Amino acid sequence: MLIKRPADIRSSEITDQKLYLNRREFLGATAATTAVVATGVLGTEAFLQAAAPAPHGRKLENVKKSAFSTDEKPNKWEDITTYNNYYEFGTDKDSPSMLARNFKPEPWTVAIDGECNKKGNMPLEDILKGQTLEDRIYRHRCVEAWSMIIPWVGFPLADLIKKCEPTSKAKYVEFATLNDPKQMPGLRSPVLRWPYVEGLRLDEAMHPLTVLAVGLYGEVLPNQDGAPLRLVVPWKYGFKHIKAIVKIKFVEKQPLNTWQESAPQEYGFYSNVNPTVDHPRWSQATERRIGEFLRRKTLMFNGYGDQVASLYTGLDLKRNY
Amino acid sequence: MTLSDRAVRFGLKPVVFLAALGPFVYLVWAALTGNLSANPLADLTNETGVWTLRFLCITIAITPLRKLTGWNTLIRFRRMAGLYAFFYGTLHLLTYGIADRFAGLDEAPGWLDALGRGSLPGGMLVLSTARSLATSIGADIYKRPFITIGFSTWLSMTPLAATSTAGWIRRLGGKRWNRVHRLVYLTPALGVVHYWWLVKADVSRPLTYGAVVGTLLAARIYWARTRRLAAAPVRPATRA
Repeated sequence: MLIKRPADIRSSEITDQKLYLNRREFLGATAATTAVVATGVLGTEAFLQAAAPAPHGRKLENVKKSAFSTDEKPNKWEDITTYNNYYEFGTDKDSPSMLARNFKPEPWTVAIDGECNKKGNMPLEDILKGQTLEDRIYRHRCVEAWSMIIPWVGFPLADLIKKCEPTSKAKYVEFATLNDPKQMPGLRSPVLRWPYVEGLRLDEAMHPLTVLAVGLYGEVLPNQDGAPLRLVVPWKYGFKHIKAIVKIKFVEKQPLNTWQESAPQEYGFYSNVNPTVDHPRWSQATERRIGEFLRRKTLMFNGYGDQVASLYTGLDLKRNY
Repeated sequence: MTLSDRAVRFGLKPVVFLAALGPFVYLVWAALTGNLSANPLADLTNETGVWTLRFLCITIAITPLRKLTGWNTLIRFRRMAGLYAFFYGTLHLLTYGIADRFAGLDEAPGWLDALGRGSLPGGMLVLSTARSLATSIGADIYKRPFITIGFSTWLSMTPLAATSTAGWIRRLGGKRWNRVHRLVYLTPALGVVHYWWLVKADVSRPLTYGAVVGTLLAARIYWARTRRLAAAPVRPATRA
C-alpha cells in the first residue's frame, strides 16, 4: 500500500515540534544577519564627512622657482590632501587622509637595482644630498577625468638616474611602492595586484619635466600624497605618479604597470593624457577641474605637448594608450 | 502588536516619510556648507545613485519581511519606499545631466553669465542648449554601456511610479497592475549592473548589493513556486 497509515510513521521520525515552530525564527535570524552584514559592508560608505586635511609638516629649505611651473592658481591644501587615489590606504577618496595618518615615511631607503652600476640601498638622505629642490606647480590629470593644479616640491628624476649610472642595456625604469600591510590596510584587499608597480621609458624618465616629489606647498609631502618620495610625470594620467617609492630598477623590457595588469583594455603603459583617445567606459575629452563647475576641454599631453610631443613622433597613440 | 489605522497613517507614516527624506536633506546641507569632498558634484551623483539602490532594496525587501515577521503593516510602506527609489533615481539622473553633461557644453558659460547678471537666459541660448544637451546625453547613452543601463534602470521605474496610485490599481485591475509591477524585479538588477560597470576596480560594493538583490529576488521566486505547487489540484490516489 502506497499511502502510509498514521501508525506507520514512527514517532522518532516526527519533526520535533520545537524545531518546526522555530523554523520561522531561523529564517528571520538569517535575514537579520544578512541585513546586518550587508549594512556593515555598505555602511562604510554611508557617511560623507569633510575629511580632515593633512597636518602641515616641516618647511623645506632653499626651494628654487622653476620655469616649468604653470601660473595657474594651485588647488587648496584641503583638496590636495583629502581627495586621493591611493588604494594601499583604501579605495575611497577620503580613506588615505584618514588611514595614512600613522604611516612612517622615515627612515626611508630606496633599492636601486637592475642594469646599472650603482646597485644597492640608497637612503633618502643620500638621494637628496646636494640636490637642489624646486617648486614645480604642475597640472595633474586623473584618468577619472578630474584635475588639479598641484604645487609640488621636487627635483629632476634625471639627477638621480645619473647618480645610478644605468648601463646601455637599460631601456626602461621600473618603480615599486612599499608593500607593508601593517601600515597600509588597503593591501589586505586584492583590488589591485600588489606591490604597486609603474614604469617609464628611459627618455621619459630623463625628461626635464619628470620629477621626484618630496614636498607640497613648500612643506614635506603629506602621507596621503605619497610621502616621502613620489613620481610626477605631468603629461601622463595620475596613476603613473607612483607613490612611496621603495624600488627603482633599470630594465630592458617594458614593465607591466599595475593598472595595465588590472585592466589591459582600459589602461596602458604610456597613459599619455589624450582627449582623442577615450577610456572604454568614459570620454577623456573633458575634465572637471576641482573647485570649478564648468568642465574644461582636456589638453593633449595635459598641455605639455610643446615639451614632450617629440618623444612620441611615429608612435600610434591610439594603440599605445 | 497591531497598530491602529490612525496610528499608522498619522503617526508612523509621516515619521518614515521624513526619515526617507533625510539623505536628501543631508546632501543639500553638506553641499551648501562645503562638507562634501573636493569634488562635490561627483559626490552628489554617487550618493543619489547609491540611495536609489538602497531604496530599491528596501522596496523589494518589504514583502519578504512581511512573510517572515507576519507584520502586515509593512505593506503600507511599500509604495512610499518605491516612490522614494524613483525620487532618488530622478535626482541621480538630473545630477548626472547637469554635472556631467550640461557642465561640458559650449552653451554652459552663457547660462552662468545670465544667472550671474540675475537674468534668465535668452530663448536662443535655451534652444541651443536643449539641442546640445539632448545630443550629449543621447551620445552618452549610445557610447557608454553603463549609462545605457543606468538610463534603462530609470526608465523601468517610470511606469511603476506613474501607476503607483490606488486609482491606477482600479483602472488596470489587480491582476494587470501586478503584472506591470513585476518590473520591480528588473529595476534593482539593472541598477546593480550599472554600478558594477562604472567602478574602476573595487567591485565589493556592487557585489554586495548584487548579493542582497539576488537573495531577495530568489526568495520571491521560491515563494511564487511553492504558492503555485500548493494551489495545484490534488490527484486522487490510484490503485494501491
